[in-house]
Amino acid sequence: MDTDPHFPRAAIIRDRIQEAPTVFTLRLEPEGDTSVPFRFTPGQFNMVGVMGLGEVPLSIVSDPSDLDFFDHTVRIVGRVTGAMARMGPGDRVSIRGPFGNGWPMDATRGRDIVLVSGGLGCAPLVSVVNYVVRRREDFGALTVLHGVKNPRDLFWKERFSRLNGIGGTRVFLTSDTGGSGWEGAVGPVTNLIENISVTKKTTAKICGPEPMMIATVRKLLDQGLAEEDLWVSLERNMQCAAGFCGHCQLGEMFVCRSGPVFRYSEIKNRLGIRGL
Amino acid sequence: MTEESRGFLERERFRELFDRLVLRGYQTLAPVVRDGTIVYEEVSGPEDLPRGLRDLQTPGSYRLEAGESGRFFSWANGPQALKPLLFAPREILWETRRESDGALSFSSSSPSPRPLAVIGIRACDLSALALSDRHFGKGPFPDPGYALRRRDLFLVAVDCSHPADTCFCVSTGDGPEAQSGFDLALGELDSGFLVRSGSEKGRELLRELSLPPPESSMEEALKRQADQARSSQTRRLPSRNLRNALASRPDHPHWNNLAARCLSCGNCTSVCPTCFCFSEREEPALDGHSSLHLREWDSCFTAGHSYIHPGPLRGETRFRYRQWLTHKLDYWHDQYGRSGCVGCGRCLSWCPVGIDFTEDLPLLLGEPDGH
Repeated sequence: MDTDPHFPRAAIIRDRIQEAPTVFTLRLEPEGDTSVPFRFTPGQFNMVGVMGLGEVPLSIVSDPSDLDFFDHTVRIVGRVTGAMARMGPGDRVSIRGPFGNGWPMDATRGRDIVLVSGGLGCAPLVSVVNYVVRRREDFGALTVLHGVKNPRDLFWKERFSRLNGIGGTRVFLTSDTGGSGWEGAVGPVTNLIENISVTKKTTAKICGPEPMMIATVRKLLDQGLAEEDLWVSLERNMQCAAGFCGHCQLGEMFVCRSGPVFRYSEIKNRLGIRGL
Repeated sequence: MTEESRGFLERERFRELFDRLVLRGYQTLAPVVRDGTIVYEEVSGPEDLPRGLRDLQTPGSYRLEAGESGRFFSWANGPQALKPLLFAPREILWETRRESDGALSFSSSSPSPRPLAVIGIRACDLSALALSDRHFGKGPFPDPGYALRRRDLFLVAVDCSHPADTCFCVSTGDGPEAQSGFDLALGELDSGFLVRSGSEKGRELLRELSLPPPESSMEEALKRQADQARSSQTRRLPSRNLRNALASRPDHPHWNNLAARCLSCGNCTSVCPTCFCFSEREEPALDGHSSLHLREWDSCFTAGHSYIHPGPLRGETRFRYRQWLTHKLDYWHDQYGRSGCVGCGRCLSWCPVGIDFTEDLPLLLGEPDGH
């Protein structure tokens, strides 16, 4: 981390895209002292604040090589995200960050990447999709497995179908409930794992509700994937985002600092325990 | 390591210590009686101290009463440690202003504390301070408010001669005698204080006091006193290192037993000298043009502590109690190299239902149906 985690700076909203009725993307440009450029890696997050209301942790979904702006995709879940939803180009938010460690992008160069995401919490993986697609020759096969509860929860439908086939990328979608007009599979996202063949070159990156991640991990381990090649991104309450306030603790880990991305083997003893 | 100097300060000359600190520009805090307990407040001299008082502490109870001696420190502790002096219970982190063109500007409101001297700090609280230093003071970006207050601190420790019934610092290895982290340490006898230095600052001040060397009978009397303080402690932890001993038992049925008594009030975390959790929030000005971003002490016993949409991860008291105790005695080893408990016993005394976790620990560590 190069920037002071204890003090915010301003960012101006340059664009706002409505992704779904309760999901939108903000394109932000840092203001003020730009001598310290805003640099990040996929999987890192910012604390984004609305004056008078507070801050929320938001994953960065844009590409780190876009130096002039960064994007956050936000779902309305509370006061702060609700206020953000009403903001538009020209409005300002505060930002602190980037925080956390991010996904191992350099370390997984040359490997076949399998991304498994569940529900609406796929934002941390969107940055990986963007990253790999832009640097297609640096990575092996890219497979995206994405599951939603209900077909209406699926946004980025066009983006998913555009992605399918580019550079051999394969996208598989599933919905727990199915429904009329749904073209993907019906059932849990773990069912989609049968579409991939695990090799020694495979790395899986998983993000979603904890039970979904655990079920996915189990199935991938059954298919022969090594624990070292499994990565998960966790979600906890974040306030200071710099390992001081104590809210994000999971066992001995401060998720904001040693996470939010963990190698499965590092975190497995702390997953699946209710109320931990 | 600084060489240790020693001297004997007669009780009648005790005031000189206060005066020296004032001359050096310190705001001097020392124990005083307030609201039926002992807290650190600014004092003008020894006459403000709780002389002759004793504290009667048992799980769920704290009372002061007149003791036999005319000593200044014949009590163990009050609800405060050094924590509120360094990690402020409420602190403004920055102020945001919205200009007329909509631009946001931020200004920090760094505290500008006066150098602080604190007299009467106990061994347990020095250990807690060392742990807080590790938490708030490390890395490229230490906590600014904490670091500022910590910088100019002068600590006068006192060896504990009268541990409370709730104390168990011997079992955690933290007391009853001050070991390190002080500028000066006092060992109290009826006739006065054996003063020893623990830092260069302390040595200088001791030199200014130009005290006679202590007699060997005094050293022996203090040693006997410390031995007595040690043997008076009846409570203990099963082990100083419970790393993975609690984390490996998340489903132990005794957690339910604890939860059935715990009110989830957070008193234990408030009085704990090493609990560091805080929450952040905004306090907007009424005119809508500015807002303060501040932090306040928080507790893992609140529902909001673990909240992520759509609800708290630790919705039940047993999860919160388990988090608190497992963090304190187990995860701390991985985080900061030792247990987070310094044996001060405050969480026992100030628990409104008198939970004494030193009694529960053997049950948590035992077989679920064993005795």
